[in-house]
Amino acid sequence: MGHWPKPAEGSWTEHYPELGTGPISFRDSTSAEFYELEREAIFKRAWLNVGRVEELPRVGSYFTKEIEAARTSVVIVKGKVGVVRAFYNVCRHRGNKLVWNDFPNQETRGNCRQFTCKYHGWRYDLEGALTFVQQESEFFDVDTSEYGLRPVHCDVWNGFIFINLDREPRQSLREFLGPMITGLDDYPFDKLTERYDFVAHNNSNWKIFADAFQEYYHVPSLHPQQVPSEVRDPNGGFECAHFQIDGPHRLVSTAGTRRWLMAPEYMYPIERATRSGLVGPWRTPDIGEMPAGLNPGDIEPWGISNFQIFPNTEILVYGGWYLLYRYWPTSHNTHRFEAYTAFHPARTVRERVEHEVAAVVLKEFALQDAGMLGGTQAALETGIVDEFPLSDQEILVRHLHKVVVDWVQAYQHEHDMAGV
Amino acid sequence: MPEALLPSAFAELEGFAQTWCLATETERWDRRLASSMAEMQQFYDAFFPRVEEAIDYCDKFPLDDIPEDALNLLHLIYSLVMVAMAVEIFKQPKPTDSADAVITRVGEPVP
Repeated sequence: MGHWPKPAEGSWTEHYPELGTGPISFRDSTSAEFYELEREAIFKRAWLNVGRVEELPRVGSYFTKEIEAARTSVVIVKGKVGVVRAFYNVCRHRGNKLVWNDFPNQETRGNCRQFTCKYHGWRYDLEGALTFVQQESEFFDVDTSEYGLRPVHCDVWNGFIFINLDREPRQSLREFLGPMITGLDDYPFDKLTERYDFVAHNNSNWKIFADAFQEYYHVPSLHPQQVPSEVRDPNGGFECAHFQIDGPHRLVSTAGTRRWLMAPEYMYPIERATRSGLVGPWRTPDIGEMPAGLNPGDIEPWGISNFQIFPNTEILVYGGWYLLYRYWPTSHNTHRFEAYTAFHPARTVRERVEHEVAAVVLKEFALQDAGMLGGTQAALETGIVDEFPLSDQEILVRHLHKVVVDWVQAYQHEHDMAGV
Repeated sequence: MPEALLPSAFAELEGFAQTWCLATETERWDRRLASSMAEMQQFYDAFFPRVEEAIDYCDKFPLDDIPEDALNLLHLIYSLVMVAMAVEIFKQPKPTDSADAVITRVGEPVP
């Protein structure tokens, strides 16, 4: 081991001394009380990615988002001059859920000229203004200009739509994202619009699944099948080339060998036949020059960069395509997992087959990660062990749990001060 | 004799077409989990040697204008990819150690 140079301090972890090197606790992932604090301290304060601008193709395009952690539903809509706005999904008249289709607890999407409440027919325009009250003369001095939809702070970064449920966000979206994430300002996400979308309902705390995708130490053990058995090294480890932390956000880059340069026995027959597989299509269309921020460690040959945007979004950029994960807590020990892979729109059937292969392989190995969750959560909840040693390869796990606790403590501190 | 589903050049695979020409990943996944390894091995052994040829055949058409028999062949290719995960990689229908995990594909391009 030791193929990639570490920072002068001797390790990635010690390069960020605030992280410490001791064992960590996972009580933040087993406690219902802690989850109640997380809801207020994190999910009602941080900027949350809810989608992409391509999901709102026209004026009047909308989708709803259930944010269970904040006990709320939000409707995101493209207004008349193309501005993306977000509103609480609540009719101002009697509190009915304004936008839903077959069942109120299910997300929906579509296109409309206005929103009409199912209950009494109140209408709102795309900017949230109340435009029609049935039998308005029956009401008592209702000033319709006072009864628009309650707005949710909403902003867009490089095509990613974020909302913030705080009354007044402490930071703008750009300030929140910081220089490491906005180093991807010029990455052409808008060219990668062919999507394969996935949803899972997992039986663990949201952070436990996020942890599985922010370290690669587990790969040789949990995913030995990623290489054919003939070339498997039972003692082989995995070392990441670069780690970086910026505020609450994290990054890991790995090196990668171009697939077509690898010996054929390192790939499965279906990968060779389709020229696609574990790391996606072997060759992808030219999508232009890559921003320096994509590979801030200057790793050569560069493989992937995995950006963990606090609290619950991951953007993993491969050569010419990316995937995105979101972890939405639904209780202290369950979460909804959303994922998609995004490619350049296929120009040929062959390219479409390459995308299908990549999307299929991704699910295979993600299922192995998800298969661990129930056991991990149950074992952690026994409380038998609460000191867990983390390696330097797991620095990002250490960082996520530290930031979560920091945010909760900051919230508690403010609350205590306010209570005095 | 039922009507042929596949292009005549791939007539030898007609026996698999009723089972494996499936348009969505959800159908292909469900069929995989409902199949025995012997059934999948048989399909794999019959189709894998010709899959590159099948891709080339479908590749002659534009994505938005694929004739029905070629579209069926494309769906058969997708099923081979699905079955290859079980046959080549895991040697069992489900990914090893995936336990009770379920991941559902809820959006995909057509075809």
